[in-house]
Amino acid sequence: MSGGAKLAVFAKRDCPTCRLVEPVIRTLAAGDAGFRVYSQDDPDFPAQLGAVVVDDRELGQAFGHGIEIVPTLIRFENGIETARTEGWDVAEWRRVSGIADLGEGLPTLRPGCGSRSVEPGLAEHLQVRYGDPGLRSRKIEFGAYDDPGEACYERGWSDGLPVVPPTDVRIIRMLQGTTRSPGEVVGRIPPNLAECTVEKVAINAVMAGCKPEYMPVVLAALEAALEPEFTLHGLLATTYFSSPIIIVNGPAARRIGMNSGLNALGQGNRANATIGRALQLIVRNVGGGRPGEADRATLGGPGKYTFCFAEDESDPGWEPLSVARGFARGVSTVTLFQGEGVQGFVDQKSRAPEQLARSLAMGLNAIGHPKTAQVQRAILVLSPEHYAIFAAAGWDRGRIQSEILAATVRPGSELIAGAQGVGEGIPAAQAGEAVPKFFEDGLMIVRAGGPAGLFSAILPGWIAGRNRFELQPVTKEIKP
Amino acid sequence: MTGTQWMRDPTPETSPLKRPRLKPPGSLEGLTVGLFDIGKTRTKEFLDRVEMRLHERKIRTARFGKPTNAKVATPEILHKVAEEADVVLIALSD
Repeated sequence: MSGGAKLAVFAKRDCPTCRLVEPVIRTLAAGDAGFRVYSQDDPDFPAQLGAVVVDDRELGQAFGHGIEIVPTLIRFENGIETARTEGWDVAEWRRVSGIADLGEGLPTLRPGCGSRSVEPGLAEHLQVRYGDPGLRSRKIEFGAYDDPGEACYERGWSDGLPVVPPTDVRIIRMLQGTTRSPGEVVGRIPPNLAECTVEKVAINAVMAGCKPEYMPVVLAALEAALEPEFTLHGLLATTYFSSPIIIVNGPAARRIGMNSGLNALGQGNRANATIGRALQLIVRNVGGGRPGEADRATLGGPGKYTFCFAEDESDPGWEPLSVARGFARGVSTVTLFQGEGVQGFVDQKSRAPEQLARSLAMGLNAIGHPKTAQVQRAILVLSPEHYAIFAAAGWDRGRIQSEILAATVRPGSELIAGAQGVGEGIPAAQAGEAVPKFFEDGLMIVRAGGPAGLFSAILPGWIAGRNRFELQPVTKEIKP
Repeated sequence: MTGTQWMRDPTPETSPLKRPRLKPPGSLEGLTVGLFDIGKTRTKEFLDRVEMRLHERKIRTARFGKPTNAKVATPEILHKVAEEADVVLIALSD
C-alpha cells in the first residue's frame, strides 16, 4: 500500500464467510506490513499470521470502529477511514483494497455474520467500557467486596425491600425504553421540589425492578402525579392512608403484560409491581419524601410500596376508564388516583342489578366512616361476576354509576354528628337533607379481576376530597 | 478480586457523597461515656484508670468490649453500645 494507506479486516473464526476469505486475508498480509486482522473469537485466526492478527476478543476495536458485520474490510488513509465493505463482495473488496485481482477463484458474493460486538446484551457493556455512556448522574463508588444491595440500603435508597443496583449498563438499557432524552427535565418532585430528569427516572425505574418497556408508563405516571391538581406534596405529607394508585388503559398495558385479571390488585406481575414502585422511589429518592419526615402518615398502608394495575377491556361493550375520561379508544393512558388499599366487598346473593347497585352503595357508604359524606372520592373495581349482573340487564358504565350514586343517598338525620350514639358525622344543619356519599364526580368505576368470585373492591380516596376542585384524579396519555 | 463497583446516584445530588461525621459534644456533662475494650492485653487496666478519672468528674460510664481484637464486634455488641452510650472511647493498651 502507498500514501499512508492501510487495510484492516474484522473477522471471527465462527463466521463461514470469514473462513471463506481466509486466503484473501493471507494475500493482504503478504503484501502490506501494516495490514491487521482484528479477530473476535480466536487470536490464532487466521493461523500463523503472527503480529498481523490482533486479539480483539474484548471487542474494543470492533466497538471503536462501529463494526456490525464480519468480515468487514476498512481502508485507512493517514489514519482516517476512507472506505469500508461488509461481508464478501469481490468487487467491493477489490475497490477498497485497490488490488484488481483480489479473491480470484472465490464466489462473487457471500453475506457476512453479525459482529460479536452487536450480540444482544453486549452492546451496553461495550458502551460503558469503551465509550461514553452518556449519563450525567453522579457516580457512587463502592468497594470490591461490598454487597451492592446492602450499599443501597445504607444510602437510604430503598423503600425497605431490596432494590436493583443502578449500574450504567442497566440504566442505559432502561433509557432505551423511551425516545426521550436522558437530560430532559420531567418536573420538580415534592417535597424538596428537586429537578427530575428522564435519567433520574430511569435510575429509579432500574432500582424498582422495571423493564425498559415500562419506561413510557412510568414517565406518564410521573407526569400525571406532578399535575397541580394531583397535589402530590399533600398526598405525601398527609397523615391519612392515601398514596398514588395507577390504573393503566389501552394497548400499552397489554403490550407490557400487565395484569387486569386474577389477583390484579395483588402480587406476582412484574409490570404491576414495579411501575407503581418506581413512582414511589422517585418521590423518595429524588423528592426526598420519606416516612417520618415529610411523609406523616399515621399508619400508612401497603399501597405506599406500589399500587398499579390495568383495566380489563376485554368486553367491547364496556367503556374503558380512559374513554370515560375523554380519551379515544386505543389510546394508552395512566389514571392516577389518590387512594388507599383495598376494602373488600362481598355480595353473593344480589342477582338483580338494582339490588347489586344498592348493595354496592352500602359498601361505598362505609369508606372513611359510615357517617361522613362528600369528603372522599372512591374507585369501585367491579369484578367480572358482579359486572355480568349489570351487563345482562343492559346497564352500561353511565347507568351503573348513576344508580350506585343515587343509592348512596341517606337521610341527613342518620348521619349528623352524635346520631346513632356516634360523635362522628356531618353538620347538624344537614339533618333535614337527603345526603349523597359522593359529589357527582366522586366515583370512578374500573373493571378488573378473575372470572370467579362475587367480590368487588373499593379503593377509598383521600379525605381531602372536600377540596374537590383543587384535588382531582389525573389521566395522561402514554407516549413513547 | 480487585477494583471497585460503581452505581449512579438516584437522588438530586444535593448532599455530599461522603457523609460528615457527627460533631463531638461540647461537654460530657449528663452523657454516658462508653468504654470499649477491643480485647488486647491490659486494655482493662487502662480503661479502669480512664473510668476512675471520669467518675471523679461525676461522668457516667458504661463498659463494653469484645473477647478478642482479632474479630470484629458483632451486631449485638454494636447495638448494645448504641443503646446504652452517648459517646464511646474505643481503647487498647498493649
